[in-house]
Amino acid sequence: MEFLASLMPLPLAVHAPAIIVVTPLLMAAIAALMPNGRLGWVVTLVSTVFTGLLALSLIVDVQSAGVIFYAMGGWAPPAGIEFRIDALNAVLLLVIAALGLLSVIYALPSVADEIAEGRQALFYSAFLVCFAGLVGVAITGDAFNMFVFLEISSISTYVMVGMGADKDRRALTAAYNYLVLGTIGATFFVIGVGFLYMATGTLNMAGMASRLPDLSDSRVVQAAFAFIIVGLGLKAAMFPLHLWLPNAYAYAPNFVTSFLATTATKVAFYTLVRFLFDVFWPEAPFVAISFFWVFAILGIIGMVVASVQAVFQDDARRLLAFSSVAQVGYMMLGLGIGTAAGVSAGMLHLVNHAMMKGALFMALGAFAVRFGIRRISDLNGFGQTMPLTSAAFTIAGLSLIGVPMTVGFWSKWYLGVAALENGWWWAVAALILSSLIALAYIGRMLAAIWMAEPPHDKTGGIAHARAPWLMLGPLWVLAIANIWFFFQPDFLISLTNAAAEAAFSGVTR
Amino acid sequence: MSWTPEIALIAALVIPLTGGLFVGLLGKYPNLREGATLTAAVLLAVNVAYLVSVTGERPELIYEIGSTGLSFGLKLEPLGALFAAVASGLWIVNSIYSIGYMRGNKETHQTRFFFFFTIAIAGAMGVALASNLLTMFLFYEALTLSTYPLVAHKGDAKARRGAAIYLSILLGTSIGLFLPAIIATQFIAGSTDFTVGGLLNGQASPLVASVLLVLFAFGIGKAALMPVHPWLPNAMVAPTPVSALLHAVAVVKAGVFSILKVSTYIFGPELIQAAPASNWLAWIAAISIVLASIIAMSSNNLKRRLAFSTVSQLSYVTLGAMIAAPLALLGAALQIVMHAWGKITLFMCAGAIYTASKKTEISDMRGLGRLMPWTFGAFAVGAFAIIGLPPFGGMWPKLFLMMGAASTGQLALIGALILSSILNVAYLLPIPGRGFFDPAPKEGLKQPGPLLVVLPPVITAAGVTILFFLIGPLTEFLAPVFGVEL
Amino acid sequence: MIELLAERFNYIIVIILMMTGLYAVVATGNLVKRLVGLSLFQTSVFLLYITIGKVSGGQPPILPEYSESYGGSNAGETAMAAASPAAEAAEGAVSQGEALQNTAEAIYSNPLPHVLILTAIVVGVATLAVGLALVVRIRETYGTIEDEALNQADYAAENARRSA
Repeated sequence: MEFLASLMPLPLAVHAPAIIVVTPLLMAAIAALMPNGRLGWVVTLVSTVFTGLLALSLIVDVQSAGVIFYAMGGWAPPAGIEFRIDALNAVLLLVIAALGLLSVIYALPSVADEIAEGRQALFYSAFLVCFAGLVGVAITGDAFNMFVFLEISSISTYVMVGMGADKDRRALTAAYNYLVLGTIGATFFVIGVGFLYMATGTLNMAGMASRLPDLSDSRVVQAAFAFIIVGLGLKAAMFPLHLWLPNAYAYAPNFVTSFLATTATKVAFYTLVRFLFDVFWPEAPFVAISFFWVFAILGIIGMVVASVQAVFQDDARRLLAFSSVAQVGYMMLGLGIGTAAGVSAGMLHLVNHAMMKGALFMALGAFAVRFGIRRISDLNGFGQTMPLTSAAFTIAGLSLIGVPMTVGFWSKWYLGVAALENGWWWAVAALILSSLIALAYIGRMLAAIWMAEPPHDKTGGIAHARAPWLMLGPLWVLAIANIWFFFQPDFLISLTNAAAEAAFSGVTR
Repeated sequence: MSWTPEIALIAALVIPLTGGLFVGLLGKYPNLREGATLTAAVLLAVNVAYLVSVTGERPELIYEIGSTGLSFGLKLEPLGALFAAVASGLWIVNSIYSIGYMRGNKETHQTRFFFFFTIAIAGAMGVALASNLLTMFLFYEALTLSTYPLVAHKGDAKARRGAAIYLSILLGTSIGLFLPAIIATQFIAGSTDFTVGGLLNGQASPLVASVLLVLFAFGIGKAALMPVHPWLPNAMVAPTPVSALLHAVAVVKAGVFSILKVSTYIFGPELIQAAPASNWLAWIAAISIVLASIIAMSSNNLKRRLAFSTVSQLSYVTLGAMIAAPLALLGAALQIVMHAWGKITLFMCAGAIYTASKKTEISDMRGLGRLMPWTFGAFAVGAFAIIGLPPFGGMWPKLFLMMGAASTGQLALIGALILSSILNVAYLLPIPGRGFFDPAPKEGLKQPGPLLVVLPPVITAAGVTILFFLIGPLTEFLAPVFGVEL
Repeated sequence: MIELLAERFNYIIVIILMMTGLYAVVATGNLVKRLVGLSLFQTSVFLLYITIGKVSGGQPPILPEYSESYGGSNAGETAMAAASPAAEAAEGAVSQGEALQNTAEAIYSNPLPHVLILTAIVVGVATLAVGLALVVRIRETYGTIEDEALNQADYAAENARRSA
């Protein structure tokens, strides 16, 4: 990796934080001009590979230098916008870059199947804008800039979700509702940022952080905190602010769902961590209260209630969408534990969940490309019809439950250990309860896939099919990652521990 | 390359897995496929015999998972070696029997059946050889999952319902109770390794130990302690070879073996005796023993009667583990061996009767013994062994359990044991009795069952008789684990 | 009390607008009206930002030696002055941070909120455009833009599919 980084020309290396955001934005315009979807895909692939490499070099730099500062346009903060990358957002950068690249590889057959030919290039363009927005949120060090990037990614997401209408018209209403709620969330966030600006006179997160401790009694600051938590909670689909998510995930094009489920809510979760621990500080009375009363409690309710809701879904993707809400609950619980171990466990689950949910949604997309399935009963006998895809789905499903030998086990293990260190044995009980419910809903799907008789074709034989290699490749990369990182967890754990440490050491220099 | 104990440990898992692979690949050639099963069974038995011979060296293999403090590991110790030997030895007999049964009854999906069978054996080997709770848990769940398709084998509504109950109870208890207990153990002791003298001994107060003990006792649902036993009678929808090997030997014995291993190596006898819960659990076990015997008496379906008999007999092991006196523990360990041989005989006889006459209800079996003397003879021997009459192996565990209970002064438990034996007589002996002494049914039988189905129960019946005389070496082998003085 | 409110009457306006917008979003089933409410809600936040940028007695932040070359500056100044009473209340908190930035001697209004809100307006317009585009598509597909009618249409379609 270091070798790769050293190959990079100097201007590129110096301006990498800017280029990593600008590249997909510019390429989005180029992708929109492409005459057909295939060329649009090539442009997208090239730009995600390029940003992926840049992200890798940035992550390597962070590991050696600690923190990277980059003043946008040479304007130093507080006047200018600063990009700031430390161990915390390096993890996010890694997740976005890796999952973005995998989803894009996966996209070609899936998009060709689901989006009308004339709109495919525009669709890729929207994806690149979203990708740029997410990367921007992850690396910016400026609160208002974070709002702008959040909206860049959100608006393009609404568009992409709405494009699912070619397959199911409900995508339109889902996108509309997502737009309304997402905009309310973003506006709440920006109100909070405005209050912080009133109180501190700066928009730079480090600057805010250095001034806020003197203002802990200020109502303005406390109101800002409340607004920001609600706003970001909406974006992160924190229970009970998750109402937009199930329909958006269920009716969006498959590729969009697998990309969103692995990155968008993750980025919103990261912004929560950043604000709770770095802009505000965990010892502040109102922050400390929120750990237990907001994050732990709502996280636990979310992971149980949403899991139960998942059990009763008929639509396979809606089921996984409710499961995603439950998984956000796990991350919130990690946050709510409020210790470095808890945050680390939450971040670990963030990465792991990206791997397992990505694989699950990708597998459903592969089923859909071949057989156009939506409902769980449509999955009957797929173990015989599409064995390769089904096997990957099974691995990821087991990981979601948290079975040992899959990476999901570590999520729950470290969450449990962090909770026990706080003496929160009831949180462990809730974890296990929720895992049991996960067993029920994943078990339902696995039973349909492996135990039910497959539908027979006209000749009486079993239809056999294989998903396109471009879909199977990323799917199996994720499935194997789910197993690999169980046996070699040190890499992930050192990353998330460093992230938690960075969160606790704060953004002030 | 010489065969070292470490390689043999891995081989105990690899042989059945490879066997399963070949079974899957050779699905289109039934004879070759069965050849693969038998080869794997024989190789495994040889390998386990080697392991038994080197148990004294306590070989182990540990894989540390990164820096997480958890590890997967295999370690050989006498209890595990004994369980592995029983399971692998009976697998050979049962393989022969399965082939005869599956072909004799023209069952479908035979490849799937033999495939999951070998996987289940690998799971049982893993449970036997695990060096810590985490590893044991993993193989325990693998055993549950791999036997699910076997239980649901017939694929009709009844089989699926039975299999669903089977799966939900076993997974539910293991994830809901067993796993939390493991997490708590790791949290208290910083490890889950099986340790001579008890990992938690000295680290957990009797009160905490009580809570954990209850979690383990009910969390290890395979031990079928009432009220988590309903999965076992429901699993009887499976083909008989599955009931024979898995629900008399591999699966249920994996359960009670886990309980015994947890109480010996995680708690240690001292801590168990200090924990108030052990006394209650001993009573729950005693109640299970008697209650299940009574239910068995009222069942007319032979397999169901045998299933409840199993529930009852399994609780002997739990009872021994909860009394935790050296002799009681020894009795519990012996019960694993003796009951396995006895009960597999009974199940294989039930299957042989079904194959020959298609009869499943006990009331229909009058006089059949005259037509199938070998089968009913083996059944009688198995029944004597379960009851605990000399000269059959089943006598020893009951004797040691009673001596153990006496040594701690829990005389009421002895009463329960005696009562149970009387009930055993009442529900087991009438079957061969009526079979032999009632007049033979008029319609007769075409033939007394294929040889491959009749021979195995005769072999195991002979085995359970021989085991009576092998008590010396067995106790010698086990004594150091429990500190029994010979 | 009245004095207190009068001092902060820009906030009162902002709060009234904000709640009106939010209420409209929740209360109406018409998708277009809902977007109107959403825009109102967003606009109130723009107002909040802009009013807190005003420093009492402050001039437009243009360095004096250049101000003459920009013809429009005077007009801007008068406009600002007219608005100043409304914004005075907010000045205290911001001026603290403001002091760090102002090196010139003259008192300037804080230009940063204006710049921010320009960006936010762009975001708001984009959201509105996407939202209206979606409404157009919904109208094309369903033939209605009333929330309840949409739900019924989906429900009926689902039932029809199940019975089929």
